[in-house]
Amino acid sequence: MIFAVLIPLLIACFIPALSKLKEKLHTGIFVFFIPFLIFLYFVSFIGNDFTPIREQYSWIPSLGINFDLYLDGLSLLFVLLISGIGSLVVLYSIYYLSKSERLGHFYVYLLMFMSAMLGVVLSDNIFVLYTFWELTSISSFLLIGYWHFKERSRYGALKSMLITVFGGLSMLGGFILLYVVTGTTSIQQMIGQVDLILNSTYLPLILGFILLGAFTKSAQFPFHIWLPDAMEAPTPVSAYLHSATMVKAGLFLVARFSPIFSGYEGFFIVVSVFGIVTLCWGAYMSVRQTDLKAILAFSTISQLGMIMAMLGFGTKAAVFAAVFHILNHATFKGSLFMVAGIVDHETGTRDIRKLGGLATLMPITATLAIFGTFSMAGVPFPFLNGYYSKELFFGSTLGLGSDFWSQAIPYLAVLGSIFTFVYSMYLFFGTFTGKKQFDQLPKKPHEAPIGMLISPMILVVGVVIFGLFPNIVNASFLQHAATAINSTVVYKEITFWHGFITPFKMSLAVVGFGTVLFLTRKKWQPVYQVLPGKVSFNHVYDAIVNKIGNVANRITNYYMTGSLKTYMSLILGTTLIVSLLFMYLTNGFAFNTDQLAEVSFIEVAVVLIMIVAAIATIYMNHNVAAILVVGVVGFGVAILFVIYRAPDIALTQLVIETITVALFLLCFYHLPKLRKSTDSAKTKIMNATISIGFGALVTLVAISAHSSRWFESIADYFVENSKKLGGGDNIVNVILVDFRGLDTLFEISVLGIAALAIVGLIKYRKNKEAE
Amino acid sequence: MTNILTATDNILQITLMISFIGIALSLALLLYRVITGPTQPERAVALDAIGINLMGLAGLMSIYLVTTKLNDVILLIGILAFLSTLAIAKYLEKGVIIDRDVD
Repeated sequence: MIFAVLIPLLIACFIPALSKLKEKLHTGIFVFFIPFLIFLYFVSFIGNDFTPIREQYSWIPSLGINFDLYLDGLSLLFVLLISGIGSLVVLYSIYYLSKSERLGHFYVYLLMFMSAMLGVVLSDNIFVLYTFWELTSISSFLLIGYWHFKERSRYGALKSMLITVFGGLSMLGGFILLYVVTGTTSIQQMIGQVDLILNSTYLPLILGFILLGAFTKSAQFPFHIWLPDAMEAPTPVSAYLHSATMVKAGLFLVARFSPIFSGYEGFFIVVSVFGIVTLCWGAYMSVRQTDLKAILAFSTISQLGMIMAMLGFGTKAAVFAAVFHILNHATFKGSLFMVAGIVDHETGTRDIRKLGGLATLMPITATLAIFGTFSMAGVPFPFLNGYYSKELFFGSTLGLGSDFWSQAIPYLAVLGSIFTFVYSMYLFFGTFTGKKQFDQLPKKPHEAPIGMLISPMILVVGVVIFGLFPNIVNASFLQHAATAINSTVVYKEITFWHGFITPFKMSLAVVGFGTVLFLTRKKWQPVYQVLPGKVSFNHVYDAIVNKIGNVANRITNYYMTGSLKTYMSLILGTTLIVSLLFMYLTNGFAFNTDQLAEVSFIEVAVVLIMIVAAIATIYMNHNVAAILVVGVVGFGVAILFVIYRAPDIALTQLVIETITVALFLLCFYHLPKLRKSTDSAKTKIMNATISIGFGALVTLVAISAHSSRWFESIADYFVENSKKLGGGDNIVNVILVDFRGLDTLFEISVLGIAALAIVGLIKYRKNKEAE
Repeated sequence: MTNILTATDNILQITLMISFIGIALSLALLLYRVITGPTQPERAVALDAIGINLMGLAGLMSIYLVTTKLNDVILLIGILAFLSTLAIAKYLEKGVIIDRDVD
């Protein structure tokens, strides 16, 4: 099983080399065999006696992240969809993409996606699941932006990336919480600990985060906005990712975690409500579109909402219907996307207003489309699988409860389905019948090459087979998928006719009202000016994306002024506030006058002189005057060292003081003249506050540090051992070169580096004229 | 007589204190000159005089602390006060303190 997941990735590594041969052989031909073999491999698992299979491979055992693969009925359903439709899409793409495209890129991304998707549905480990989940987002991003020279493609790719990765990250949050609660990373083991999760206080958070991931990926309201923009991708990609596989990953996630959350009422409410709203809104918006792929995109949103709603109902009938519809939707939606691609390919446009009357020129395509659209609409013909799942859906909406909202659900379902009927009819009749206006088309339309028709044909054959024999895969296949979601599901025989019962009446109502609405479409079209009107979630998205940029820009510009003065006051001010707050909170102000020495007259005098000189420095207007006044402070420090019996330091201080004065004088020539400060009074007061505050802070810290001495000083050791161990009377120098010689070594290095840097700065100037 | 004798016992301390006060006063007045100026040479001369005062102060400190370890400091202040005054003087006179070779 692990090979099935990783082989597409492995082959993707060789695609760039193979794509060099594309002049002779289309790269897609090599690629085709991979999903096909995977499909054949997984088909062999189908059977009435199917039991889940588990495979484990160590990856990061210390973190509990292992490559655990678990194949149950639900995974099998998805794996077969991914590999089966994957093969058909690759076959279709061989004819759809010409050899002049960058085929290597296309198939590398596609295989990457396939591998990621197989990983998502087969992983039992939440973190491995998340890894593959993000890989699907990334490969989808790459595929949507395949024609990266188009601005719309880049926009669509970015949008889908932002939205799905936002959801993916929140899903990771949910997973981490689940891991914290249960202590295991395996989904199956979590299902075993349902009680622990249901009793956890984190439950609403876990549910919210995971559902956010599922809703963004499966384009549920209001996160559906990325899907219509993802239609800028090549049509095989739209057919594969954005109808059959990736957008169902969210459904898979909800289905996979259903056994865990099914004990929690909120789960059903949230999922059903979002599903129903998405169903209605998607169908409603779809009627408004004029681009074939946009119609299909909104249709996909709506159908996904329908499946999500069924998963939300969670009853036996609903779960089985959901599984059945996942299969059916993949067949007819895949074929419809391919049909749309054929129409685009052969006429040069996808705008339904320019199309019409194509049935005579493209009879095969039209036949394929009629099966797809009628199945999507749920028209009650015994050879269309869409009808069965729609009827099962209607059946599952009934009898959910007796409160108002549960009663309203069947009506909402019918409402959504009416619009589904309208756009399905519009899609077919608008494209293939009606006025012929071939002169408006960029190309002269003709029937597609047979190779392009094979894939949709196979899918339509699937539609018809599931339509004629709806029970063909129930016991051996769908039953296992449904029990993986809800273990009590037992499949019922699906028959076309089982009496004049409510679901059938609902279907008839859909067809009836739908026909009326479709025929009078032009009359009520203005309603779209009112309801979505100017309101659009795209505006919300654009506003958020732009706002984040603008606001971040403004915030950054506010404090990154480029002025060192501002930075300095920010740094000092922040340090001041944080330190004072910290000292206040930890009660760090300690005042202890026990160990203070006596103050002599001469110390007071010297310190007073220094204070006066230091304050006077600020007011000096000439730079030589400033340096001379600072010199007084320097001399004062030196004499303080003398008074405190530190002759070595006094010596050093004096030499450094003098050298500093000389250095200042050396570069005064190049420095700007001191000017009177031009700051406003407010800034001046601010600066004064910060500097006085900072001085006070340092004083406070010094006093506190002196007052709270916790340990004996180690100075006595040096005094005793300076002569004995170091062989010198001068304790300071013995410490510098003997006890703590390493410090001295690096101080010397610092001076050396500074000297070299100065030489470098002066000698190796690029711009010699600047002197 | 005993008064005079006790006074002479402490005469060193008293002299030191008087000298400290004198030097402190002198420093304060020189500081006034350094700050007010009004011209740069006046400040420079005042700073030089502060240096000399500090030499005296260091000498008094070594008497007060009964040590010879501060004698180096006294000598160094002498040299450095001279050097820095020279540097300032040259800067004020010529605008530079290290001449470049003109050949």
